Amino acid sequence: MSAALLDVSDVTIAYGKVEAVRDVSLNVGDNEIVTIVGANGAGKTTLLNAIMGILPLKGRVGFAGRNIAGDDIEDRVGEGLCLVPEHRELFGTMTVAENLQLGAFRIAKAEAAATLERVYALFPRLHERQKQLAGTLSGGEQQMLAMGRALMGRPRLLMLDEPSLGLAPLIVADIFRTIAELRQAGVSILLVEQNARAALKIADRAYVMELGEFILSGAAADVAADPRVIGSYLGFQGEATP
Amino acid sequence: MNATILLFLLQDGITNGAIYALLGLALVLVFAVTRVILIPQGEFVTYGALTYAALASGKFPDTAQLALAMGLVAFVFDLFANRHGFNLRRTARSFAVNVVLSGAVLAATLAFAGRKNPVFVDVGLALLIVACIGLYLYRIVYQPIAHASVLTLLIASVGAHLAMQGFALVFFGAEGLRGPAISDVSFSLGALMFTGQSLGVYVITAALIVGLWLFFGYTLYGRALRATAVNRLGARLVGIRTSLSGRMAFLLAAVIGGISGILIVPITTLYYDTGFIIGLKGFVVAIIGGLVSYPITAAAAIGVGIIEAFSSFYASNYKEVIVFTLILPILVLRSLAAPEVEEEQD
Repeated sequence: MSAALLDVSDVTIAYGKVEAVRDVSLNVGDNEIVTIVGANGAGKTTLLNAIMGILPLKGRVGFAGRNIAGDDIEDRVGEGLCLVPEHRELFGTMTVAENLQLGAFRIAKAEAAATLERVYALFPRLHERQKQLAGTLSGGEQQMLAMGRALMGRPRLLMLDEPSLGLAPLIVADIFRTIAELRQAGVSILLVEQNARAALKIADRAYVMELGEFILSGAAADVAADPRVIGSYLGFQGEATP
Repeated sequence: MNATILLFLLQDGITNGAIYALLGLALVLVFAVTRVILIPQGEFVTYGALTYAALASGKFPDTAQLALAMGLVAFVFDLFANRHGFNLRRTARSFAVNVVLSGAVLAATLAFAGRKNPVFVDVGLALLIVACIGLYLYRIVYQPIAHASVLTLLIASVGAHLAMQGFALVFFGAEGLRGPAISDVSFSLGALMFTGQSLGVYVITAALIVGLWLFFGYTLYGRALRATAVNRLGARLVGIRTSLSGRMAFLLAAVIGGISGILIVPITTLYYDTGFIIGLKGFVVAIIGGLVSYPITAAAAIGVGIIEAFSSFYASNYKEVIVFTLILPILVLRSLAAPEVEEEQD
């Protein structure tokens, strides 16, 4: 997998003396959906934040053939790596349109206008609410805005941290459908989810994280069929959803 | 008290209040974007005023040399920060912003100093010099510790204030300076006398506030500054550099401070340390606005200006005491009204 878009190897992330993530390696290929599933506190968010540069890490983070482990967040964004963080981090007192415009801060104006049309096509709800303040949107709309804002930066790899958290089931289905559509449009996805069932359904490959380490990885269907995964994350109906 | 005195005090208060409003807005802006409590704001006032006064009286302002010196230090800082991966474009940009710009400003100052220039040349030069100093001050003092706590940034601010005040004493001496008025026109309206200078204060303050409003509301960079103020991590995640926002905020604060200084130096004599007291009043009004609200800050500034005018009429010895004591009941009220907030993490 030398041609992988994202190639993380032997990464350790520590909060002080406590190692939250130990010796983890993962890769995401071009046009691939990869998911990391695991329980609360396993270290999934920590790993994503460190890949984005929000947290310091030990190890190598290869992106598009270059080690970006020492780069600033802003440089990583410029390279085409975007994160939709768990708490969304929207500009709450600014309008939907302003949030989206700022998502394209590093993109040329003409290109940004074309991207904006695609984002509105993907999330018609955002188009309806473009004049509304981001802080007044519902949870699902905020998640759409966070994804839309990240897409405005024209990412090659989009990292999504718990996009379904706290959303109604119908909206969750919507969000996952959008993720599948994004891959069609040529964006690679690294998806962190507690909703393992939904994540494994759309992913090509999956990693299972427990206490800061990957205990299992492989094709999503194989991971979904693993007895340990069925027992811990998919519950009794796990067998029925490869 | 008769109606004439009342009107006169109100006019005086509003003139001062307009200046405090500008300084308060700059403080709110800098705090919102960088979390820095900008104590050296007063020095921008002093530097702007005294540089302008020196230029107008045909002297060479040493602040131009300070700008170049700070630019060189800032350039070395940038080189050091990039030591792990030399990047030609980044280095060239840093050279242009830090060395070429300040060198050009110094050259222009050398060319124009000692001559009788039109007012706008002196004003423009003074503002350019102060703008450079503000820009480099951020690079040298604050950017290396941009992610430190508010307290650390405050301590750095105190240090920067003391250093800049010391430089001001070296450059301009302990004697006060007064500058020429921007315009000599004056007219009376009833019992009130309006000078060109006081009208200039109103017009320029209003224009600046409208200009800032347009900048923040309608330009990409203005929105990027607001975004940084609203959510620093969110801004970084869309690629807005903390250092870019910080530099813009300091540039604006320095120019606003410089303009305030140039507006008041024809009205009152300014000493090397006068800016600090004026800046502190800007701080009082910014605190009344909770360091977040621009409209409350502007309104509070007019209020503080009027209270100051009346207290200098009734109890001139206690003028400063009265103005600064105002902050106590307001802090009590604010702490009762606002829920306790934990310091932001990032």
